[in-house]
Amino acid sequence: MAQTATSTAAGTPATPNNMEGFVADWSSDQRAFKNVPWGKAMMWIFLLSDTFIFSCFLISYMTVRKTTTVEWPNVSEVFSLSFGGEPIPLILIAIMTFILISSSGTMAMAVNYGYRKDRKKTAILMLVTAAFGATFVGMQAFEWSKLILEEGVRPWGNPLGAAQFGSSFFMITGFHGFHVSVGVLFLILIARKVWRGDYDTQRKGYFTSRKGNYECVEIMGLYWHFVDLVWVFIFAFFYLW
Amino acid sequence: MAQQAGQKAEEGQTHPISVYLKIWFLLFVLSTASYLVDYFHLESYLRWSLILIFMMLKAGLIVAVFMHMMWERLAIMYAIILPPLLVVVFMFIMVFESGYGFANRGIFFLGGP
Repeated sequence: MAQTATSTAAGTPATPNNMEGFVADWSSDQRAFKNVPWGKAMMWIFLLSDTFIFSCFLISYMTVRKTTTVEWPNVSEVFSLSFGGEPIPLILIAIMTFILISSSGTMAMAVNYGYRKDRKKTAILMLVTAAFGATFVGMQAFEWSKLILEEGVRPWGNPLGAAQFGSSFFMITGFHGFHVSVGVLFLILIARKVWRGDYDTQRKGYFTSRKGNYECVEIMGLYWHFVDLVWVFIFAFFYLW
Repeated sequence: MAQQAGQKAEEGQTHPISVYLKIWFLLFVLSTASYLVDYFHLESYLRWSLILIFMMLKAGLIVAVFMHMMWERLAIMYAIILPPLLVVVFMFIMVFESGYGFANRGIFFLGGP
C-alpha cells in the first residue's frame, strides 16, 4: 500500500484548512479525510446513515400526525408523573433527558482521558456512562410498561386519541432505546479493553485480530453522542411539540 | 503501520476538561429551558420556535464540541453535515403530501373537507 504524504514534518496537514484546502483534499489521488483515522471516518459515515433512518422515522411521524383526523393525545399529560401530589407534566422524560446528557458529558471526558493514556479514569468514566445509559433504558422500560399496562396504548390504537400515536411512539422510542442498549454493551466491552490495557500493550482484538488504540474510545464516544443527539430531536418533536 | 498509528495517536483530540464541563452545563440549561416551555404551557408559534431554537443549539453543541466536529478539517465537516440538510427538503415534500392526505381523509371519512 502506497504511503502518501499527508502531513508535513511538523505534523500539520500540507493543505490549508479553508475552501482551497477542502477542494485539494477531495481532489485526485489523496486521502480525503486527513487527520481522521479510518475507523473514525467509518463511524461518521455509519452515523450519517443512521441519521437518515431516524429522519425517516421522524418525518413519517410528522406525516401521520398531520394527516390524522382524530385528536392527537396530549403528550404532556400522557407522560406526566405524580410523586404523591399533583402530577408533574413530562417529568419522567425530563429526567431521562438529563440522564442522557450527563452520560454524554462523562463520555466526552472519557475520550479526553483516553488520549492522555489515563487508563483507570477512562475505564471508570466509560462505566459511569454505561450506568447512565442503563438507567435511561430502565426508565424507558418503566415508561413503556406504564403506557402498555395502565393506559392501554397499543401500536394499532389507544384510548387517548389518534391510533398513530402508539405506532409512532413504539417505533421511534423503541429504535432509540435499542441504540442505547447496544451502546451500553459496547461501552462495557471497550471499557474492559481499556482497563486491561489492551491499547497500551497492543493486544489483538478477539474478533478482528487487529491492534487497537485509544481512538477506539473516541469512536465509541461518537456513537454515544449520536444517541444523545437523536434524543434531542425526539424530545423536541415527539414529546414537546 | 505501527509508526503511522503512533503518529496519529498524537494527533488525537486533546482539549482541557473544562471545555466539556462548560458544554455539559450549557446543555443542562438548554434542556431545562425546553422543559419549561412545556411546563408553562407556551402555545403556538412561540412554543414551536423556542423548541426549535433550543433543539438546534443543543444539537450544535453536541456535534461541535462533544463529537469534536469544530476541530476537524472542512473535508469531513462538509461530508457529514451537508447530506442531512437534504432531509429538510424531504420534510417539506412530506408537509405538502400530508396536507393532501388530510384533505382526502376529510372528504372520505367525514363527508366534506
